[in-house]
Amino acid sequence: MSAPTEFTLWEVFVQEKSGAPHTHVGSIHAADAELALQNARDTFARRDKLVSIWVVEAERIVASRPEDAAGLFEPGPAKVYRHPRFYRPANPKQKR
Amino acid sequence: MSAALVECLLRLGDDGLVLGHRLSEWIGFAPVLEEELALGNIALDNLDLAQAALGLAAELEARGRDADALAYFRDEAQFRNALLVEQPNVDFAWTIARQALFDAFALPNYRALEASAEPRLAAIAAKAAKETEYHARHARTWVLRLGDGTDQSRARMQAAFDELFPYLGELLEADATSRELAAAGLAPDPSALADEALATIAALMREATLVQPAPGAFRPRGGRSGRHSEHLGRMLAEMQVLARAHPGARW
Amino acid sequence: MAEPSPSDDDRERRFLERIDAGEKIEPGDWMPDAYRRQLVRMISQHAHSEVVGMLPEGNWITRAPSLKRKIGMLTKVQDEGGHGLYLYAAAETLGVSREELVAALLSGEAKYSSIFNYPTLTWADAGTIGWLVDQAAIVNQTLLARASYGPYARAMQRICAEERFHERQGYEIVSALAEGTPAQKQMAQDSLERWWWPTLMMFGPPDTESRHSEQLLRWKVKQLSNDAQRNWFVNLLVPQADAIGLRIPDPALRYDGEAKQWRHGPIDWQEFRTVLAGGGPCARDRVRVRREVQQRGAWVREAAEAHAAKHRTAELQP
Repeated sequence: MSAPTEFTLWEVFVQEKSGAPHTHVGSIHAADAELALQNARDTFARRDKLVSIWVVEAERIVASRPEDAAGLFEPGPAKVYRHPRFYRPANPKQKR
Repeated sequence: MSAALVECLLRLGDDGLVLGHRLSEWIGFAPVLEEELALGNIALDNLDLAQAALGLAAELEARGRDADALAYFRDEAQFRNALLVEQPNVDFAWTIARQALFDAFALPNYRALEASAEPRLAAIAAKAAKETEYHARHARTWVLRLGDGTDQSRARMQAAFDELFPYLGELLEADATSRELAAAGLAPDPSALADEALATIAALMREATLVQPAPGAFRPRGGRSGRHSEHLGRMLAEMQVLARAHPGARW
Repeated sequence: MAEPSPSDDDRERRFLERIDAGEKIEPGDWMPDAYRRQLVRMISQHAHSEVVGMLPEGNWITRAPSLKRKIGMLTKVQDEGGHGLYLYAAAETLGVSREELVAALLSGEAKYSSIFNYPTLTWADAGTIGWLVDQAAIVNQTLLARASYGPYARAMQRICAEERFHERQGYEIVSALAEGTPAQKQMAQDSLERWWWPTLMMFGPPDTESRHSEQLLRWKVKQLSNDAQRNWFVNLLVPQADAIGLRIPDPALRYDGEAKQWRHGPIDWQEFRTVLAGGGPCARDRVRVRREVQQRGAWVREAAEAHAAKHRTAELQP
């Protein structure tokens, strides 16, 4: 019985149309980048029309830790001045 | 002219059907789960082509048959596939070598067929050409990994090419039918595809650190005129058994 | 001043609060060991079932009696391989490798759905699996798509979307037989009779006997009890069988006018226990085949690894 082989784990991101963001759809195993791209295409592009696929070795992804979430991420609407609605242009009807 | 065109479509369709069937034999047994999907996709593309080409052939011959009648109720001697595609899946390297050799012919063949004087054939070929680019890429990827992988994989990949390379010749030879088709602008002369096909294989084998087999006395021919190897009969026995057990039934 | 680190009790309480609030648990989040273990068991069992499940239907690809059916069956079985991939990937987020999971399957230690230990003896069986077994799986999986563990829920959403076509194709195959020649109709009826009870058993033991259910329901990994799901399934199937003139092999099947529900007759739980204990007709075959496939493919996997080691670079190298 031969020794078990561990293929590298890759995360797959796909873009459904030009201009759209790449979305994470899952992961696959492959020994190298070319096989990873082909495997990703064979697994995730069978039904959906895609324009682009990214594959990234899972261990290269740097992620925030869940326990840091409170410090890293503020609750959304708290800093009002970051949102467009806070800003009101001068009344455009005013004419000199 | 219609008769030659029907022959052309039978060759195209039968190549697709037999190759698609052979690839489908891997389902459930592929060496890696990811390859189940890859081989499955290539099989499906070939079966789609078969269905389209045989369907058009049936329509043009106007004998009341359809694609299924051609697929399931013809005997070996009436099949027009090349001998290469009926060779069995001895191992994964054989399947990859068979694919690489077939695609070396098929890709330029489909591209040339896009200019066929018969627009429906041109449309079938256009779709097949796009899909075959991917099949060829997949085969090439594995030839490189198996050829330049471990000693065992190189030995198997070399053995597969040694056995299957002689079958490429049949795909790249003209005959009376292909000359008639070329003269009518319906299909390319296969011998005109030879340079490109052979160059593709030579480059691929070199890059994979494999040795291209020298031509020998073994030059298998006959598939295009219905003289097949022992493999096709057994393959068709399995493929056709259920349909033939219920003639006239709808599924 | 630094906060005191939370005790396991606090963590568990907070975890249950998140579950109750309908939040998704993601791979880096804290979770009780028991939750992690249960999920690995459930997800890997599901993954193994998809892969082993390729064999009974794959059995009929090479003999499929028309090009449309050949293409359809190949597509379906290929999908199942894909589902196995999604699910192994989801299980791996819990800190276990696919290699370990496959080794457990091949050693006989890990379980898979025992429905696949029944043989597909006729073409009708290939259709019946789609019609009955996949539909039973849909009942189960639509609920799992709302599971509390993020990667599993997302895998399930993808799978459910693909499963719809499997069930429709299965029903179409069986309908065509039921409306065909007398031999075809007999093939369909015989198939239903062999697969009906094993499919009902897919929903697991009766609620009174189910070991894991209570905990899985609490953690919102499971949404409905075994009996509730089984009943839902029966009520889907009765009109479908009736519509194509096939007879469900349950002499005690009756309509409860008050609850407006069909009620099935008693199940032979001894058969269930026998099959679960490894006595299914194909039990040894399925695992043996998967073991052979794994061994026969080793040289291919080793070659890919050796090539990658020789050419270690991030550039695409077709």
